[in-house]
Amino acid sequence: MTDTLTPVLTANWADDRAWTLSAYAEQGGYDALDVALGMSPEEVQTTVKDSGLRGRGGAGFPTGVKWGFLPPPDPENPKPRYLVVNADESEPGTCKDIPLMMASPHTLVEGVIISSYAIRAERAFIYVRGEVLHVIRRLRAAVREAYEAGHLGTDIHGSGYDLELVVHAGAGAYICGEETALLDSLEGRRGQPRLRPPFPAVAGLYASPTVINNAESIASVPAIVKNGADWFAGMGTEKSAGFGIFSLSGHVKKPGQYEAPLGITLRELIDLAGGVREGHELKFWTPGGSSTPLFTDEHLDVPLDFEGVQAAGSMLGTRALQIFDDSVCVVRAVLRWTEFYKHESCGKCTPCREGTWWLVQVLERLEKGDGEPGDLDLLLDQCDNILGRSFCALGDGATSPITSSIKYFRDEYLAHLEHGGCPFDARKSTAWADPVVEPVETTPEEAVAHD
Amino acid sequence: MTDVTLKIDGADVTVPEGTLVIRAAEQAGIEIPRFCDHPLLEPVGACRQCLVDIPDAGNGRGFPKPQASCTIPVAEGMVVETQNRTAVKAQQGIMEFLLVNHPLDCPVCDKGGECPLQNQAMSHGQGETRFDGVKRTFPKPINLSPNVLLDRERCIVCQRCTRFAAEIPGDPGIALIQRGAQQQIGIAEDKPFSSYFSGNVIQICPVGALTSDDYRFRARPFDLVSTPSVAEHDACGAAIRVDHRRGKVMRRLAGNDPEVNEEWISDKDRFGFRYAVRDRLTSPMIREDGELRPASWLEAVAVAAQGLAAAGSVGVLPGGRLTLEDAKAYATFARETLRTPHVDFRSRPLSAEETGFLRSRVAGTSVTYADLDAADHVVLVGLEPEDEAGTLFLRLRKANRAGLRITALSAYASEGSRKLGAEVVLTAPGAEKDALSQVSGVTEASVILVGERLATSPGGYTAAAELADRSGAKLAWVPRRAGDRGAVEADLLPGEGGLDAEAMVRQGGLDALLVAGVDPDDTADPAAFLAALDEAGFVVSLEQRVTAVTERADVVLPVAAASEKAGTFVTWEGRRRPFQKVFEKPATYSDAEVLAHITAEIALLETETAGVADETVESSPTTTFSAATTEDSAGLHLATWHLMLDNGTLQRGDKALAATARAAVVRLPAALHAELGDVVTITGDRGSWTLPALPAEMAEGTVWVPTNSFGRGVWADLASPGSTVTVEGAVQ
Repeated sequence: MTDTLTPVLTANWADDRAWTLSAYAEQGGYDALDVALGMSPEEVQTTVKDSGLRGRGGAGFPTGVKWGFLPPPDPENPKPRYLVVNADESEPGTCKDIPLMMASPHTLVEGVIISSYAIRAERAFIYVRGEVLHVIRRLRAAVREAYEAGHLGTDIHGSGYDLELVVHAGAGAYICGEETALLDSLEGRRGQPRLRPPFPAVAGLYASPTVINNAESIASVPAIVKNGADWFAGMGTEKSAGFGIFSLSGHVKKPGQYEAPLGITLRELIDLAGGVREGHELKFWTPGGSSTPLFTDEHLDVPLDFEGVQAAGSMLGTRALQIFDDSVCVVRAVLRWTEFYKHESCGKCTPCREGTWWLVQVLERLEKGDGEPGDLDLLLDQCDNILGRSFCALGDGATSPITSSIKYFRDEYLAHLEHGGCPFDARKSTAWADPVVEPVETTPEEAVAHD
Repeated sequence: MTDVTLKIDGADVTVPEGTLVIRAAEQAGIEIPRFCDHPLLEPVGACRQCLVDIPDAGNGRGFPKPQASCTIPVAEGMVVETQNRTAVKAQQGIMEFLLVNHPLDCPVCDKGGECPLQNQAMSHGQGETRFDGVKRTFPKPINLSPNVLLDRERCIVCQRCTRFAAEIPGDPGIALIQRGAQQQIGIAEDKPFSSYFSGNVIQICPVGALTSDDYRFRARPFDLVSTPSVAEHDACGAAIRVDHRRGKVMRRLAGNDPEVNEEWISDKDRFGFRYAVRDRLTSPMIREDGELRPASWLEAVAVAAQGLAAAGSVGVLPGGRLTLEDAKAYATFARETLRTPHVDFRSRPLSAEETGFLRSRVAGTSVTYADLDAADHVVLVGLEPEDEAGTLFLRLRKANRAGLRITALSAYASEGSRKLGAEVVLTAPGAEKDALSQVSGVTEASVILVGERLATSPGGYTAAAELADRSGAKLAWVPRRAGDRGAVEADLLPGEGGLDAEAMVRQGGLDALLVAGVDPDDTADPAAFLAALDEAGFVVSLEQRVTAVTERADVVLPVAAASEKAGTFVTWEGRRRPFQKVFEKPATYSDAEVLAHITAEIALLETETAGVADETVESSPTTTFSAATTEDSAGLHLATWHLMLDNGTLQRGDKALAATARAAVVRLPAALHAELGDVVTITGDRGSWTLPALPAEMAEGTVWVPTNSFGRGVWADLASPGSTVTVEGAVQ
């Protein structure tokens, strides 16, 4: 059973005090840095490019190619180059970078140093979602340890290479996970997406050439450098090389992080997770967070790599597999997600700002049974007017749960109208719903205690 | 720049490379609906209203989704469809979204009738909305500044106002706050939006979200009669539009003149028009038994003619707010009717050096706004554009953002200089001559702009002219008043043997004075000016309202304000700016018309008598200021200029505008400020003021005070031009 797992990033998570430098060093931490510093920056870039590593933040753009977009160093224009790590993990369902930084922050720090060296950046930033204060503390402690140990600062490992690393806390905005909004936020401005061109590789942070990578992508770099491009490319599928963290949440017996080669199927992952909740069947799931169109039990054998998921009509995204069993009302779930998009819309462009405001109102009345059959077409038309019309991809993402849920569960929407409300018992979907306990009379004090 | 040909809605359009699709469509006469787009602002792509279908991006491949035409540059061979199914569906979808949270209050909205949202909802929207939910609401309205109000529920957050504030005047006091549907325009706590150009955000707001305290709920656009005109508050010649209803000006808007003010005007040009209806003189008056009494035009003109004809010598002080036509009338009246050489339009500190400079280096010359754009370096001396010439400030700032180097010779590094990106050469008043000789990097492609304040700095004008001659740079004189340059063109300057305005006042000896639109407190020696009026045997005043001059005049003749007559202003560039009469106001005459009546009357008298005696007055036309010659160790040079919004006569009656004026404070060198504190007493040869003070990066031994923000102004209450003052910490 463990054959299907490839613990690399997660290998040390169970170690005693894995987040400390000593624990990390004990299992070979920062060795990859020496390997990298023994190579030229171009050689490191080539290794990463050859490994086939693709961005782990959702879009799946080849990391090495992205690095290659930086303009060549120009003595006439000595602007600094920056590496920015996007660790603003905010997508509903996505929970891989935060446990990674919590369990083994040095993996990310080492990745930042090697990647910065590869792109000749002397200053790097990790932009962490502001709500996860415990993670920020741990990451900052790791950076401090790395400085003290000479892994950061001037003349790293005697190589003559200098790097300053700043851990920056966001202020709690989904939009700041969008890379250009992240840059604005990092510069101290209001986080809203920028007009492109210019692209960040040309004029990013402080109008200087900038590479922005997801935390998991950067954390994968030390292992690639240490074990070689072929080792990495030997895992996964032809076009989706390597391993990734699959985050299973929801109605499975053992939710958590499962690190496996790309191309694994949900069927295999659910087996690893001990199956769907006892007494229930899989109803629908997200392959990569709430912005990726829903899948159902038809899609259990879809290979979870970039091409496989796309061919089946969704996106691999962040491999945030939210598992919903048959106790869940899809309309209710979609409404919750849509409320999230309404709450998090940055407001810059009309379709996302006004569209999500309206979508929530239509979904609300559908859930209450107050809607009418025509509302489904209205929803689809609203989504059509948002998708591809909004300023950034986050507006597009807001339409995915709606259009996909209507595609697979139109009858369930209509059932709300026939039933005059939601035909599901929302309590049944909760973690404490099973085993079913006969309702007993409780005193008010007991009721409070249960809350 | 190479041209690019593309196809828009089937028509070939050729435009320069880099043009945005929305602009190219305009060239072809195709209007794409838009809100956030503004040709003078950076593209933002926020509202998404201008979506078009691009089936071929010029490389044979199309965009899979509609594109915002305001952010996409054209490409050779590109095919753009603005009205096919895809484009129309996208545009209608966005319009429907925009109206989701927009209130249906058009019938009571000030923008109703001239509203881009209303108009484009009709032209590019669907007849019926499918939205029947709950709209977002806000308490209304809130003040962004004392003058600009925001009704947040109407706002479509297109960011035109915030982009204007940040990009055009560089006053980013408004910004987006909150997010999602709650996103709104906001200000920092207790920090109102402060800009001399704030009114422009009201005009470019594509909905009724921004209104002025001044015009809110006062008229409907379709009830107004619009007249293109020219702003009379400075020498920049900004195009404006005056909207009036039943003989009353209701509002003024910026006109669109790409060669001059583009689409922007200052708040003074926009909101400063109540002066024309307040405290106006309604009929001629003549003095009888020491008291002024109303008189008929016939009687008053006759008395004026007799008095002037009988006077042996007459001084003519027509002021700097005349139209070119009126200025010429004064020149003719002085030289031909009165045959006096004692003429001078200058109603502020002046010098004989300036007289020569104006005649030889200003009259008949031309330097344009476009020359500034093309320049490699602009040198400012004795001129603070942000306060003294708003349009010039915006044009210079735009040129600077495009790379123009600006050097400012100024007593202190002002906010205005910072916004211009100017390199400030700290120059104490009086030291301009030396500073000019040391300015480097002035070439044939450069422009030197000198302000009228240079008159108080001996050798300043000459040094500027020499720098221009030496380098081949263009030289222009930027006065403060709308009529100043026209007066130079009309040669309203002392003639052969004539006295200048200073000498007329100080030397006295003239039998009569003809004064028009001069505020004695603006002049170099207000007390002497008033004394001269008292001493003169006969004073004729052509004025709009009761002033210190009319109170001392023997004949008072009311004249038309700018909106009540046609005329021409000449800008600092030398550009003629003709304007029409806004509306007919019965029995209102321009200065030229009044002078024509007096001339006719004098001609009648001359045929009856032997004619006017030519009495010569001994002249000493060498008024100069010896700046700081009597410098004592405690003395500080007094630097001063007028803030744009101050106690000026033409700003009277506009309360909301006045409330946006910048805090008028004394500026001290930082070290001195640290020593003396936040309140200082400043003492000059004419008086003493106790005022708040702030530190500034300043020339050594200099103190700056706004000219006309306290009391009767610096020259009346504090010190004489070019003098030194003492400053001490005030007991608090």
